[in-house]
Amino acid sequence: MMKNREYQQIDPQALATPTPTPPPRPLPDHKPKRARRKWEVFPGKNRFYCDGRIIVARQSGVLPLTLGLILLTSGLFFVFDCPFLVRHLTSCIPAIGGVLFVFVIISLFQTSFTDPGILPRATPEEAADIEKQIDNPTGSSSSYRPPPRTKEVIINQQVVKLKYCFTCKIFRPPRTSHCSLCDNCVERFDHHCPWVGNCVGKRNYRFFYTFIVSLSFLTAFIFGCVTTHLALRSQGGNGLVFALQASPARYPFIFDLVVCFFSVWSILGLSGFHTYLVAANLTTNEDIKGSWSGKSGNEDVGNPYSYNSMIKNCCSVLCGPMPPSLIDRRGFVPSDDSVQTSPVEIELPAAKNDINMCTHGTKGLLETASRSPLLTSSCPQAKPQAAPAVLEPLPEITPSPALEPPKIAGGRQSTNTSHKHHSHHRSKGKQASHHTHKTANSSPRPHHSHSSRRKDSKNRDPKFSSLR
Amino acid sequence: MAETHSLQDLRQAAVASKVFVQRDYTSGTICKFQTKFPAELESRIDKQQFEETMQTLNNLYAEAEKLGGRSYLEGCLACLTAYTIFLCMETHYEKVLKKIAKYIQEQNEKIYAPLGLLLTDPIERGLRVVEITIFEDRSIGSR
Repeated sequence: MMKNREYQQIDPQALATPTPTPPPRPLPDHKPKRARRKWEVFPGKNRFYCDGRIIVARQSGVLPLTLGLILLTSGLFFVFDCPFLVRHLTSCIPAIGGVLFVFVIISLFQTSFTDPGILPRATPEEAADIEKQIDNPTGSSSSYRPPPRTKEVIINQQVVKLKYCFTCKIFRPPRTSHCSLCDNCVERFDHHCPWVGNCVGKRNYRFFYTFIVSLSFLTAFIFGCVTTHLALRSQGGNGLVFALQASPARYPFIFDLVVCFFSVWSILGLSGFHTYLVAANLTTNEDIKGSWSGKSGNEDVGNPYSYNSMIKNCCSVLCGPMPPSLIDRRGFVPSDDSVQTSPVEIELPAAKNDINMCTHGTKGLLETASRSPLLTSSCPQAKPQAAPAVLEPLPEITPSPALEPPKIAGGRQSTNTSHKHHSHHRSKGKQASHHTHKTANSSPRPHHSHSSRRKDSKNRDPKFSSLR
Repeated sequence: MAETHSLQDLRQAAVASKVFVQRDYTSGTICKFQTKFPAELESRIDKQQFEETMQTLNNLYAEAEKLGGRSYLEGCLACLTAYTIFLCMETHYEKVLKKIAKYIQEQNEKIYAPLGLLLTDPIERGLRVVEITIFEDRSIGSR
């Protein structure tokens, strides 16, 4: 509403003043005083720190809790157990503990702060090109919502369906999934882990694996040390209970014992599960959905990405080349080519934009030619896609919470603006929340049965966190 | 000289249309682009030349993603240092990406700009497409 009024107010000025001097209102918007970096106009629901060097999900989830538990448990271990054990056993104990602790913390930060493999959204021209290719064969009219689009491709003698992502306006590559919490398509999507506060995907899966493996070693190590400590103390006195009562550090003991006891089982179980996934070159997403396990009588299904050798699978997943980040967070938004990311266009209605393009003759034929034939068809799509890119609040975004139907049940925090464009694409919304529903509804795996029953906060199993 | 001038001239030329060459997933998730010759380029460039460019690009990406002794060594070393070497060292993939950027610029200068075309480095489009911009024919001499 406000925009229409602004448009009418400026219009007479534009008509009154001739072309050489453009209306003062758009001028500061079209020529920002400083070049913006791409992370500032990023359309997904991520947060950035250190000028784009660090990326996290919108909700940091339980990351502070994870960090706090690790620091507290390890701290108590170093303070209360290490001195005793160094005296009675060996001084290697704090050294080993220290190395494990450093590994855990570093890999946790790398998992949380690394781009998991986010696919940047399609530029308007790309989206228009894909739309053309889809609409041409079927010749569908625009009067009804088109069915969900899929494309089939044969990989290694398997038929793989590529789905069209309505948010990102691309056909998702194989193994890519759209995370509704982060509102991004992530390559080789494994799962969204609230414990680390980020998605786990192609680029940070090795960090995640290192984290859970080193954490299992650390918790097992601390558990062993604390038990040894108690055992040694109770040898001298009248047993365990007396040793506990007499010791000034009984609460740290109990805390460490309890935390480590529950953590060891759940984290070891998780590490075992992910080791199986790595050896089979599967993702949690595929495993839960049963994509390659021969469901519904399809006997010939097998994993087309597996090298059929455990060693080669492990090497390719964990030691393969590190792919680059595709979103180029710290790159500068090109000031000429404002088609993709400039928030300026969003603040003005599309028609007004064209008028300004015409008055701004010096902007270059390059832009006008690229805009007029191609954007007229993609503008309605570009607007809802580009709207969340603006970091300042806009009237277009504020109604979205009202529009948002409660799609995701089961304990996840409500997502706000992402469902704005999901509201008229229900199938996409279902697909987006499909994996979260799946994680909520899937039955526990055999070696996770004990961890899934644990309802206390010590359980670090990320897959079943949505049950809480 | 004529080539560099034409590349700069392109900056002021009008864009007629853009062609997008999509990814080819038949070999799995590796980065590979379709080598099929788009119909819109038929009047502009030789099919052979285009396919050669795409094939070279595919080969370069395959080299970046190759699983071999070198990448395993890099991976194991990184794992032992808790992946902190990624903060200091440029990975093999990034080195090949620089090679690719140079190759594309060279191809643009030598072959595509004189024909009124411009290849965009796929990394700027998230490795999804190879974007070929077709500029309006300003009576550039035929090859």
